Amino acid sequence: MQVELTVNGEQRSDDVEPRLLLVHYLREVCGLRAANIGCDTTSCGACTVLLNGESVKSCTVLAAQATGQDVVTAEGLAAAGELHPVQAAFRAEHGLQCGFCTPGMVMAAVSLLRENPSPTEEQVREGLEGNLCRCTGYHNIIRAVLAASGQAEVTA
Amino acid sequence: MSILGTRVLRTEDPRFLTTGGVYTEDLTDEALDGACHVFFVRSPIAHARIGRVDLSAALAAPGVIAAFSGADLADLPVIEPMMAGMLNAKMTRRLLAIDKVRFVGDPVAVVVTEDAYQGEDAVELVDVDYDPLPAVVDFDDALSNETILFEDAGTNVVVEFGNAGSLKPELFDGCEVVVSHTFGNQRVAPAPMESRAAAAVWGEDGRLTTWIPNQGAQSARDDLAKMLDVEASQVRVITPDVGGAFGAKFGADPEHAVVAWVARQLGRPARWTETRFENLISMTHGRGQRHTIMIGGSRDGDVLGYRLEIIQDGGAYPRIGAVLPFLTIMMATGPYSIPNAEAIGTSVVTTTTPIGAYRGAGRPEATAALERALDLFAAEIGMDPADVRRRNLLPPFTEPHQTAFGALYDSGDYAAALDKALEAAGYADLRAEQASRRASGGTVQMGIGVSCYVEITGGGDESGAPQENATVEVHPDGTATILTGTSPHGQGHSTAWAMIASEELGIPVENFTVRWGDTDLIPVGGGTGGSRSLQQGGAAVQQASKELIELARERAAAALEASAADLQFDPGRSAFAVAGDPDASVRLADLAKDERLFVHSIFTAPGATFPFGTHVAVAEVDTETGKAVLRRVVTVDDAGLVLNPLLAEGQRHGGIAQGAAQALLEEVVYDADGNPLTASFADYPIVSATELPSFELASMETPTSYNPLGVKGIGEAGTIGATPAVQSAIIDAVAHLGVRHVEMPATPMRVWRALVEASAQGTDSESA
Repeated sequence: MQVELTVNGEQRSDDVEPRLLLVHYLREVCGLRAANIGCDTTSCGACTVLLNGESVKSCTVLAAQATGQDVVTAEGLAAAGELHPVQAAFRAEHGLQCGFCTPGMVMAAVSLLRENPSPTEEQVREGLEGNLCRCTGYHNIIRAVLAASGQAEVTA
Repeated sequence: MSILGTRVLRTEDPRFLTTGGVYTEDLTDEALDGACHVFFVRSPIAHARIGRVDLSAALAAPGVIAAFSGADLADLPVIEPMMAGMLNAKMTRRLLAIDKVRFVGDPVAVVVTEDAYQGEDAVELVDVDYDPLPAVVDFDDALSNETILFEDAGTNVVVEFGNAGSLKPELFDGCEVVVSHTFGNQRVAPAPMESRAAAAVWGEDGRLTTWIPNQGAQSARDDLAKMLDVEASQVRVITPDVGGAFGAKFGADPEHAVVAWVARQLGRPARWTETRFENLISMTHGRGQRHTIMIGGSRDGDVLGYRLEIIQDGGAYPRIGAVLPFLTIMMATGPYSIPNAEAIGTSVVTTTTPIGAYRGAGRPEATAALERALDLFAAEIGMDPADVRRRNLLPPFTEPHQTAFGALYDSGDYAAALDKALEAAGYADLRAEQASRRASGGTVQMGIGVSCYVEITGGGDESGAPQENATVEVHPDGTATILTGTSPHGQGHSTAWAMIASEELGIPVENFTVRWGDTDLIPVGGGTGGSRSLQQGGAAVQQASKELIELARERAAAALEASAADLQFDPGRSAFAVAGDPDASVRLADLAKDERLFVHSIFTAPGATFPFGTHVAVAEVDTETGKAVLRRVVTVDDAGLVLNPLLAEGQRHGGIAQGAAQALLEEVVYDADGNPLTASFADYPIVSATELPSFELASMETPTSYNPLGVKGIGEAGTIGATPAVQSAIIDAVAHLGVRHVEMPATPMRVWRALVEASAQGTDSESA
């Protein structure tokens, strides 16, 4: 079947299997491999992308369901070589180690801050509950999101 | 100003944050064009004889290229347990099971397809006849030998480290108080976010090139060569980005060898990425010990005797897990001076997923047993647990301290770490708050857990002294390359190794390229594990850098027509200058123009190092529901001098989270038939952001003399210190209600049951 959608600002039209997951469409058809697959139960969030500006787990969306919509992946977040403020905060606060959860985590954080530009620590933790990280203990991820919201000083 | 000790941001990050890392699944190397996809058919039964394996329906399915069962690989050598001299050598394994399966997840066949979706369909079509045998899940069932996993071995015991006959009955003579208890240190899943994977292709020269997420390409290469029955020189392992490992990606697994075998058999590249379901049932698990402790001493708090008896679950096929009691025994008495102590261990096989290394590997178990014992002792004599610890800690030492269990502690000041942690936590205030909450009789009570530890990092392997190699090369354009035998998967070696070399060479950190994990490029290396990398790999980079300066000095002397002894190297300019004549100078990079400028160096440490510290945890427990919430974790982790606080703190955070998760939540569970009940992230309660607080880290840096950087390992401190502290905090929250112990993980059900039992006992004793 034919899907037509916008991916990172680019209009696309592709013939896909009806059962193709959005994450596989992005990775295999579009060649955008920042989003990763870390589980098979929609638990880990490594595949999180923005669909019409809101975070979704792209392993639980069919490519067909995204037709007519706007998808943004980690590759599309940085503008003209400059890190997006959330990406920059993740680096400044050491909010990533192995990097596998990172693109999904960043997209979830971007979506969280759009919904709630000044979250409390507890709200950040609740907002990122669906994104698992095994390296950081979440400590610096939380710091990064708070820093990106302009609420926490970057650690001296 | 020195760059060492400063918070340099990671050079790795921009790539990870934008295009994402290139993990094995992401590879687009043209050598892998046209790769087929390998899917494993895994046993759904814990223990069974294999009858007929019918591949015909799968072979007829769309897109299926081939399918193979164990019989097809029968010519390949059996896999012997590692350290076959120490472990029961009869407990061997096949790449694909042939006669028997021994755990749910044991691979019995593979289906190979053109695309991945076809494989998921076809793998269901393989029909295997199983003749079920009794499962062996429980330690006691394994020890009883009623059902034996390996008939040739005649026993389920893999190895004994001492035995009951060697225990001294008089160990507790003279003790006023003796307490004993048996408890578990449960099986957990390492669960790196990236599951296992492989991509493999054979060249026309008969050499295998394989990409595997691993912790040390060189040991992965050697494992593969053994499993495939080829020379190590015929195997090239390349390490893509690795999405976490935590001990579970050391070496190569049978699946990695099968993927390579399929690629050779079919004459085309082959790829495999396991699902999370496969990962949770077939990647090695960690921990899995049962401890029986006995602790005795005086009523005023002197610990005089300690005995630790360990049973280790090795899982279905003995791997490093079976050896873990060795480390647990070595660290049995931790940072304490205990006049009489003994420890023994027995490893058994069970019809469960094999146990391997998981962050800490043997040392968290030692600390958990000892700290639990001290808490039980403190409770029995009615003394504050922190006071009991302070009273029994070894005094500060700077000359190595030999323990009764064969460990040689390099340097330590354990009481200082304890006091610092208590002060940072506000211990006295916490106890006051606890007392007032107890007095108020509210339903949410607060507990404080204190855990002191010392651990071993950077130990040598059986091949001898702890060592690592590095190559540092300066290029004419002012950039530099470092080749390292370590293998980062989140630790930040690209940044850290560049900092170390930058300090010596005066080349900016961003001008370095750090490479690892390609066995053709770096044939020798110990990889990253056991918290060894900085103290050996980093020290090797420093040593190579210093030697490179000396090599360059000779060239500079020739270029400047000066005596080498008169030349000074100025890192600020990355140039040599003649003493007293700064205008007569030559840049380091310019000395690489006519001839390559590089040094390969091997650093050898005199021994392992022993980081130490204290963790304080604060938990709240709802006494009506049993729900425990972790409120604070305050830690002092002294791993010698700190190269980059940003990276060291990150290691501590991650370890604390995993340690806390074991105490609070995580457990791999099997039913009595050996069926895994935690085979997805929907069922395995991997810790998330909502279950943890932010952590409070206090710093303490006691240098070691074992390497010129003065550093020890920091990777595993978190799991070692945090697990017992968090468990203890939860128990302490309900101790005044008569609870002395709650098993890990301290789920609401377990805490609630402990409260109910304590209440019933209280009622019994009142009525008696």
